[in-house]
Amino acid sequence: MSPIVFGILAILLVMSGLGVVLARSPIRSAMSLVMTLFFLAVMFLLLDAQLVAALQIIVYAGAIMVLFLFVIMLLNLQEEPAALGRVGLRYGASFIVSLFVLAAAHFLTTGTLQPGNAMADAVAPGFGSTEQIAERLFTQHIFAFELTSFLLLVAVVSAVVLAKKNLQ
Amino acid sequence: MILLIIISLVKALIAVHIVLIFAGVLGWIERKGSALIQDRIGANRASIFGFAGAGLINTMAADPLKFLTKEDIIPDGVDRLLHTLAPCVNLFPVLVAFCAVPFGDVLHLPGGVDVSLQAIPLGVGVLFVLAMASIGVYGVVLGGWASNNRFSLLGGIRGSAQMISYELAMGLSIVVMVMTFGSLDLQEIVRAQGHLIGGWLPGWGILYQPVAFIVFLIAGIAESKRVPFDLPEGESELVSGYFTEYSGIKYLMFFMTDFAEVATIAALITTFFFGGWQVPYLTPDGFVFPGGASLHINHYVIVLMQFGAYLLKVLFWSWFQIMLRWTLPRLRYDQLMWFGWKRMLPVALVNMVITAALILALQGAP
Repeated sequence: MSPIVFGILAILLVMSGLGVVLARSPIRSAMSLVMTLFFLAVMFLLLDAQLVAALQIIVYAGAIMVLFLFVIMLLNLQEEPAALGRVGLRYGASFIVSLFVLAAAHFLTTGTLQPGNAMADAVAPGFGSTEQIAERLFTQHIFAFELTSFLLLVAVVSAVVLAKKNLQ
Repeated sequence: MILLIIISLVKALIAVHIVLIFAGVLGWIERKGSALIQDRIGANRASIFGFAGAGLINTMAADPLKFLTKEDIIPDGVDRLLHTLAPCVNLFPVLVAFCAVPFGDVLHLPGGVDVSLQAIPLGVGVLFVLAMASIGVYGVVLGGWASNNRFSLLGGIRGSAQMISYELAMGLSIVVMVMTFGSLDLQEIVRAQGHLIGGWLPGWGILYQPVAFIVFLIAGIAESKRVPFDLPEGESELVSGYFTEYSGIKYLMFFMTDFAEVATIAALITTFFFGGWQVPYLTPDGFVFPGGASLHINHYVIVLMQFGAYLLKVLFWSWFQIMLRWTLPRLRYDQLMWFGWKRMLPVALVNMVITAALILALQGAP
């Protein structure tokens, strides 16, 4: 896809990502995260991954973030004052994050993760289509897939048990 | 390239204007229809030089102008950005979801240009519609939260819980349709409904999946938050729910979302269960009747007829939803949740399992 579209999208993506971290009010931060997920879905669309894009919006923006908003609304969280104490902790955390950013930049510019290399591989016809993903999911990765669903089931059952205990 | 962009723009403009005009016309149908049901005259005050157009001037010209010129009131102590954003976030997904619905078959323009009459041609159109439905919650949540009003907050919470609950049943009934027609592309689903069962019966989705149709219709009305599921607005309890604190054009946007949702649900019902733009016995060459009689028709006339059929079907199902509103009483909130989780969801799940078993039995195990 054209670099202009990618550029505009990347700027919007980074801006909404910054909004998540920089917004004082929790609800604004959550809405920025929703926007980030939305732009990320468009990014997947540009990469010919239509199914992943749709699932990104349905699962993350449509289900998980709504629960986040629910919690923020019900607890009535107010604006956070800027954290002042623990200066050493703050500088330590910033240092580690900067290291990660530097490492990522290093690999992107020199290593095998260069965008040019990824683009060079010709995209097979039907890449990212629902059929292909479904086939892989239900043949090659069937064991992991079923294990994941079992994990979710355990989480659901335990949530119900916990909720019942509080009622009595 | 430029031609492609122009064609896409024209298609998008057509689709958005269909839903916007529908929103206006449905407002008129709602007010005049309710008046008819309740033995009143209905909107008849506004007129231009004595021409009232049976209330059309009132609902399509006078009301919007009044909303546009009203003062925009923002309550004290609210997040002004989010308060303004809520109506836009509410309207956007509905408009976009409507654009994914195909409103005609392929149009062959002179010069060998083929245009698929669908504003957003996506391979995963069904998932796109579901994604937009799940985004629709944000307008309600934000509107309720950013109003700094307890009634609004209650309406917002009710609305979001209701939409999330009924989304499940709606999604499962759509899954059944995807299984039946074997495609996630809305245009393909409509095309698959073009063949005739036994040579004479149009193979529309409702004939294959009547249960899914009923589940989808009920869940769709619950998603659009209209009677009998209009608890988020519940005038007798919550003033006007999540848009109590809105006035002027922002209120108009909430109001329009309501009717745009009705039109979108009607368009989806048409696409999944009533053959979309299909006209019975109309093939790309003209009418071919079961008896063997046939009638050749110009290609452009066929495309126009399909477009007209689509509009008629959408109008019918919108009208149906509006008539339903003035016929049924409102549910209680616990009844709403009970119905959604203990009746709709199991019925949709059982329907899905039976459909899967039938498809396997008919096609033979892989």
